[in-house]
Amino acid sequence: MSISEQIVGDLVANDIAFVTTVPCKQLGGVIDAVEAHPDIMHVPANKEDEGMGLCAGAWMGGKRPMIIMQNTAIGVTINTLVTLTQFYRMPLPMLISYRGELKEPVACQAEMAVHTKALLAQLNIPTYHFHRKSDADELDAILKYTFMCNKPVAILTDATFWGGY
Amino acid sequence: MNRSDILRDIAPVTRDHLVVCNIGLPSQELHMIDDQPTNFYMLGTMGLASSIGLGLALSQTKQVIAIDGDGSVLTNLGTLPTIANNVADNYILLIIDNGSYGSTGDQPTYAGKKTSLAEVARACGCDNVVEVTAKDTAQALTDALAAERMTVIVAKCASGNIKVPVITKDPVVIRDRFMTAIQS
Repeated sequence: MSISEQIVGDLVANDIAFVTTVPCKQLGGVIDAVEAHPDIMHVPANKEDEGMGLCAGAWMGGKRPMIIMQNTAIGVTINTLVTLTQFYRMPLPMLISYRGELKEPVACQAEMAVHTKALLAQLNIPTYHFHRKSDADELDAILKYTFMCNKPVAILTDATFWGGY
Repeated sequence: MNRSDILRDIAPVTRDHLVVCNIGLPSQELHMIDDQPTNFYMLGTMGLASSIGLGLALSQTKQVIAIDGDGSVLTNLGTLPTIANNVADNYILLIIDNGSYGSTGDQPTYAGKKTSLAEVARACGCDNVVEVTAKDTAQALTDALAAERMTVIVAKCASGNIKVPVITKDPVVIRDRFMTAIQS
């Protein structure tokens, strides 16, 4: 089983039925697996805050949501995370490609990478960092935790985790 | 007619449906005119009423009306292609277009100048787009609900605001009673 299939298997096992995504090279395999899975409604978004709005509506409507995005989105979505997701106390697992970490080929990406964890900590968002393949074994527990406590939760997945590219 | 006149006109139509209402004065006016547990008031996050409404419509079967403003739609213009390409026939986006950012003091929007949001919505692929004058809004909304087809309504009206109190309900209370109403 590929790591993308393992991740999507955990989503489905946790009744996540609504996934919004923005394009990402690292997460492309997961996005393809989400699109292909019959139990998941996949609604691509044009921007990450739009996707978080979609997820808020989906959750209130009875579908467990997830957003798949890059860490640069933290720079786009702070207001939405605070005044929608956290203010109304909604759960939102965020599967995030942690661009700008080890094995990153694009220098510009490192600039947001150095701010990512500090911003998430400032927002009091529980944050997990997948660096080795075995780290993904925690995903099931992270998802259960997210829907238990009704919080946005960040899962950072770096290039080493994905095997580089 | 301004936005609050339209909200008074459509209250008998929206009352029995799930409503996601735009941040600021629209939510405050709707709350004052006809507070219902089926209303979700946005207290922050400008631009996302249409996205929340679409996510809600795609996730359950009841009809959903998102009441948005021209300024907020311009903030999140990417919402229109997403709406067009994820058709939810239980979804109506009502854009009350007064050509101004009402909540911040009626600064003009581009929708009040050269930009037609109805034409933008059509160009984005929305199949049912109607533009109406303020007085015809309630009828257009009634027709759209009866048609049970995803519809974008652009209701053109005058700018201007009424005195209205802020919403002091706790956001979690607003959200919880809304979710209870969805499930009932």
